[in-house]
Amino acid sequence: MRRNILDSEYTVCHYTTVIQWKMLKYSLNLTGIRVTKVAMGDSSKSTSTSRSDRSTHAAKPTFAMSSDNVSISTDFSPELRGRPKAVAKVLRDSKEEPQLLPKESVQDMAKDVTYICPYIGALRGTLTVTNYRLFFKCMDREPAFVLDLPLGVVSRVEKIGGASSRGEVSYGLACKDIRNLRFAHKQMEDSLRKSIFEILMKCAFPVSNGLTIFAFEYGQVYPENGWKVYDAQAEYKRQGLPNESWRITKVNDHYELCDTYPSTLVVPVNIPDEELKRVAAFRAKGRIPVLSWIHPESQATVIRCSQPMVGVNGKRSKDDEKYLQTIMDANAQSHKLFIFDARPSVNAAANKMKGGGYESEDAYQNAELVFLDIHNIHVMRESLRKLKEVVYPNIEESHWFSNLESTHWLEHIKLILAGALRIADKVESGKTSVVVHCSDGWDRTAQLASLAMVMLDGHYRTIRGFQVLLEKEWLSFGHRFQLRIGHGDKNHTDADRSPVFLQFIDCVWQMTRQFPAAFEFNEYFLITILDHLYSCLFGTFMCNSEQQRVKEELPKKTVSLWAYINSQPEEFTNPLYVNYSNHVLFPVVSMRHLELWVGYYIRWNPRMRPQEPVHQRYKELLAKRAELQKRVEELQREVTNRSASSSSERAGSPTRSITPVQTFV
Amino acid sequence: MFDGRVLLKQVILLFWPLISTWVQGAEKIDSCQLQVLEMLSSLGSAGGKSAKPSFVSYVTPEEIKSEKEPSRKEKHPDLLPGEVVFCSASTVLKYTQDDLSQRGVFGVLLCTNFRVSFVSDEEPTEEMLFKNKLYGENDIPLSCVDNIYGDKRKLITGGLVKNKYPSKMIIHCKDLRVFQFSLSFSKEEDAKKIFQGIVHHCLEPKSLRCLFAFSYCENTSYPGSYTVENTSKKQTVMFDSVEDWTQDMKRTKGNCRVVSENSNFELSPKMLTAVAHNHLYSVKTEDLSDTLPTVQDILLSYNKFKQFFLIDNTTEFWMSDMKWFSSLDNCGWLDIIRQCLQKAVEVVESLEKENTNVLIMEEGGSDLCCVVSSLVQLMLDPYYRTLLGFQSLVQKEWVAGGHAFLDRSNHLHLKDKVESPVFLLFLECVWQLQQQHGPAFQFSETYLTVLSDSVHVPVFTTFLFNNDGHRDSLLRAESPHTQRSPLNCPTVWDWSVQFDCKAQDLFTNPLYTEKPKQDTSVRKSYRPRHLRQLSLPSSAFKTPPKKGFFKDEADNLKKILGVKRLSRWMLSPSSDSPQTSSSVREFYEAWQTKPLDYHGLLLPCLDGPSIRVWMQRYLRWIHDVQILGGGPVAMLSKVSEILGEVQELQRQLDRHGCTLTSNHKGARPRAKTAAAVIAARSSVRLSSSFPFVTSRNWAFKPAIPTSLLQSLMVTGMPGNLADREDDGGPESLV
Repeated sequence: MRRNILDSEYTVCHYTTVIQWKMLKYSLNLTGIRVTKVAMGDSSKSTSTSRSDRSTHAAKPTFAMSSDNVSISTDFSPELRGRPKAVAKVLRDSKEEPQLLPKESVQDMAKDVTYICPYIGALRGTLTVTNYRLFFKCMDREPAFVLDLPLGVVSRVEKIGGASSRGEVSYGLACKDIRNLRFAHKQMEDSLRKSIFEILMKCAFPVSNGLTIFAFEYGQVYPENGWKVYDAQAEYKRQGLPNESWRITKVNDHYELCDTYPSTLVVPVNIPDEELKRVAAFRAKGRIPVLSWIHPESQATVIRCSQPMVGVNGKRSKDDEKYLQTIMDANAQSHKLFIFDARPSVNAAANKMKGGGYESEDAYQNAELVFLDIHNIHVMRESLRKLKEVVYPNIEESHWFSNLESTHWLEHIKLILAGALRIADKVESGKTSVVVHCSDGWDRTAQLASLAMVMLDGHYRTIRGFQVLLEKEWLSFGHRFQLRIGHGDKNHTDADRSPVFLQFIDCVWQMTRQFPAAFEFNEYFLITILDHLYSCLFGTFMCNSEQQRVKEELPKKTVSLWAYINSQPEEFTNPLYVNYSNHVLFPVVSMRHLELWVGYYIRWNPRMRPQEPVHQRYKELLAKRAELQKRVEELQREVTNRSASSSSERAGSPTRSITPVQTFV
Repeated sequence: MFDGRVLLKQVILLFWPLISTWVQGAEKIDSCQLQVLEMLSSLGSAGGKSAKPSFVSYVTPEEIKSEKEPSRKEKHPDLLPGEVVFCSASTVLKYTQDDLSQRGVFGVLLCTNFRVSFVSDEEPTEEMLFKNKLYGENDIPLSCVDNIYGDKRKLITGGLVKNKYPSKMIIHCKDLRVFQFSLSFSKEEDAKKIFQGIVHHCLEPKSLRCLFAFSYCENTSYPGSYTVENTSKKQTVMFDSVEDWTQDMKRTKGNCRVVSENSNFELSPKMLTAVAHNHLYSVKTEDLSDTLPTVQDILLSYNKFKQFFLIDNTTEFWMSDMKWFSSLDNCGWLDIIRQCLQKAVEVVESLEKENTNVLIMEEGGSDLCCVVSSLVQLMLDPYYRTLLGFQSLVQKEWVAGGHAFLDRSNHLHLKDKVESPVFLLFLECVWQLQQQHGPAFQFSETYLTVLSDSVHVPVFTTFLFNNDGHRDSLLRAESPHTQRSPLNCPTVWDWSVQFDCKAQDLFTNPLYTEKPKQDTSVRKSYRPRHLRQLSLPSSAFKTPPKKGFFKDEADNLKKILGVKRLSRWMLSPSSDSPQTSSSVREFYEAWQTKPLDYHGLLLPCLDGPSIRVWMQRYLRWIHDVQILGGGPVAMLSKVSEILGEVQELQRQLDRHGCTLTSNHKGARPRAKTAAAVIAARSSVRLSSSFPFVTSRNWAFKPAIPTSLLQSLMVTGMPGNLADREDDGGPESLV
């Protein structure tokens, strides 16, 4: 039974993606509008063709559905992308409530709510709050206006002022995805009845209110178990590990050596587990230097760890020094070791006051210490806040570049990329092993190590390889997603929140801009990851460490984002991908080549959406090629089957040959 | 002679889809006549090839020849016809641009009547794919020299360099290349001569006759004018004959009368659907002088802007990188581009939405008028987005339209001329449109870049004169066979003068959406033919321009209407809006809601992030910002590969269709695919400055910023966030 549903579901997907593009095309100018009118004919057709029983269907995740536009900035507003099926449903019965996901339930519904859209103006409609989403629909407009966002995106709900003269109360929602929403509705006459926004406040922050995050309820079944995408052993094996210099240790199997590290670690062969423990004592939070990546030819390695506990008195650890020496010795090509401290030197020095610090070159012979001047999570959070001010809701035309510069956002991006570039350069050109750390080794270190790996290893530039990279360097090595994102937590001023992961994805995007053919995935892939970073629909970005994930039984209780993504890889594929295999990418980190990711940060502004995504042309071209290929193959089959006879009219006559510039379909 | 009212109509006219603006400034005509006189007088007094009164060569060609040793002679570049070496110096060191370590290559530095040329002592390296036939990568056409700096980056101005020469000479080119030469290894005499020669020929005033074009054309058997030679081919409409204008009007269904009595440079097509019978009430005038920056503003802004790209020092480059965005804002160049585009959108709005004719005016009428009117046509008419259409547009609005190319590029270094990169500004605007709506344009970004470079190659008639009359009289006067046809100079549109066919392939956009075929045939019938061009009686279109002809008309109009901003008064009394931008905004948004048609109206998005820097043009020579293995070329090669495959498949289908019985197994699609894949993979070895820089400079080394900002950002950081700990507990709020 389940199987059947899935099968037919795919049929639906197939048809709907075709029409989705058309919908998009017509809806671009109106923000947040899922165009229903245009889609009507097509989608009803598609539903009838697909012969599926809609009511038994599990709907797909909100943002997640389709839209076949490949990797273009813009037009990825989840609202626009809509769920074709939900659209069809809504169309059929003009319902004012959303198509629900499995286990999703309506918590409250209010009519005559006004959504004050910064681009269109006030819209009156029905607001629905479920345990997963906020859904607003205004039927007055043609086509109907729909706002559909997961509650996980909401970072704060605030009542703005008291009742106005017209007896309306106003609420503001600040969102994690660079937008703010504003609603108003009539003062409740029955003062005992709760406003829908009070319900919203409860549902949007399940962690603070003792409720369950929706990811634990969502029970969609996908053909692949996304939790199996990353297998540490397999990934190290791909890198050629273990080898004569490096071994895989089980010392952290029960997270006893370090509770924020993964259970599988790669360390030098001749350092026994006992010594590892002594090294752990000298590194912050026990995060010892371990191998992240090894160069297939030179054996130069990328090592990550946390800061050494040097302190004001300049404490030393013979074990740690020996350990780093061993790491250097494991690479015969170089007699040097580079230690990249991600922090500005001032901050690194200040850390000595709290027992931390950095490796002194006296203690670590043959090691060269380089500071990369990347600022801390608080500076980054502040920078993003400023950026939001500059880009949402409207862009001030006259001083755009100065305003952008004043946010320092791209400066931070530049520094992170520059740091990763220096690491990649040392490993590739210098054939030297590098050690990367910041204070705890889970924020800036994760950014730098994973970016350097994207530059160095083409595998991480594929769709699956990138998933492995995230699972490995970010999730298993304990980037504290729960704290940095604050899933379901109402405490929006929490100083632990920071857009560290967003910055990393931004850096990857900058690289895809510079190397448009080197990545298998498209922009939509990156945006989808970011959308589900907040959505709380998938378990992938829950918790702070591998240990916690195991403890919470996330793989058992939740669905992985990769299950969804890998169920329709064509959506996320860059049509221009050329497999450069072992080619190393060195991006240019000059400001002249960095740009603001308009398709993500300014995607809510309808003016900034192109009418036709760039890659549409490429897709058409590829479709043309596929069609011709098919025809050629058909013909060849026909020829072999048929005996030599007269010519066939089926094949195109010479006059039909197309010119290279004729890319219309 | 003319009925005033008729003329008035002709001038006001009418502009969809051709906006012709002919408000000719009297002072311009004066100046061009003066130049003609000057020319004539100079010709009278000097005979032969060598010196003219206004020009003294420091070294005569004869001197050089006698001085030269045979071995050195081989070091010469291949001289063009009519090219003469003025002076040269050996053992000049040319610094490698990307290197601070003062390394370089030794060679001979020459100055000819066409270029400054450096010939390396080393063996010539691999041939470039994208080689310009007229000048190589180490050649600088004299008109392309922008500024010369001496020791300590002191700006050299002409005239003051007697007996002195700097040990290091930096040349900034108008195409943004930077050359650094050390003269300290050369013989003192040679060094002095070459320095003075270069300064003299590149910076000091000279007469038009000294421009290389004249000596080049006299010495080439250039096969007649472009249009005549290629009558059979599809070609650029030159708009130098009544036919051209008539045909173009036919193409656009205009119903205006072509006024040929006056001269060859005006006409007025009219929109078929024009509403008004009374022109006066349907015309909106746009006085660009009121709303757009002046040519001086444009020059000032561009001079600031270009400094960001004239890089002769890596450290400085990375220093300036930090303030890149605010510097961009401060120089205002992108803002000027935005204003021009916005003005064009406003005009389009009037034409499209209000069905109003628009008269674009400015003093002189041949600078921003050209920019705006050609942009409007580009937005409205898909024909102008084809390669030939675009060239015709430039020919019509700029060359025939009387843009003073000679004065604006100031090839002659005359003090009293207002130099200004107005044409470049136009190309910038076109580039913005192109990068926003790629598939709508048949030509590529590379084409625009090359076109912008060609302005500084003093060979093409297209960019050498101030207007058609100027050109005709000069070419006639210069012709060696005075009684016969005028001197034949190539136009820039004859691209084979500069590039071979393969290189020219890069001018087209592989993703261009061609108009569906049925329409193409219709279009063809409108395409102008050039049959009788030369057989026209010359009196019909070769009479010299009348002084102030159009100026009078404009004055007339102004008088009649009696107000400066006619639009307000005439259009609708209520639209008393200085907030034009908001109406443009709405117009854009309304257009955006409609499905995109690459063969219909195109509007640019003008919001902050949408106006960008033309990377290819400005960053191509800067080593540190070359993306190795990336950039647009990576996409281009993949697209070409797919296109190749599509074509191959199509061929196979055709073959199968025709000869099903023949050996079909010979060519499988795979075989071709494999070859194409290699081509795409080789893009790994190309860089973002393709095709302008060879891959020979390929060094698999990233550019590491030399100065990371240390404490720059910490200043002005609220609450000293930078000092806080990563883990945001209260204890960390130090």
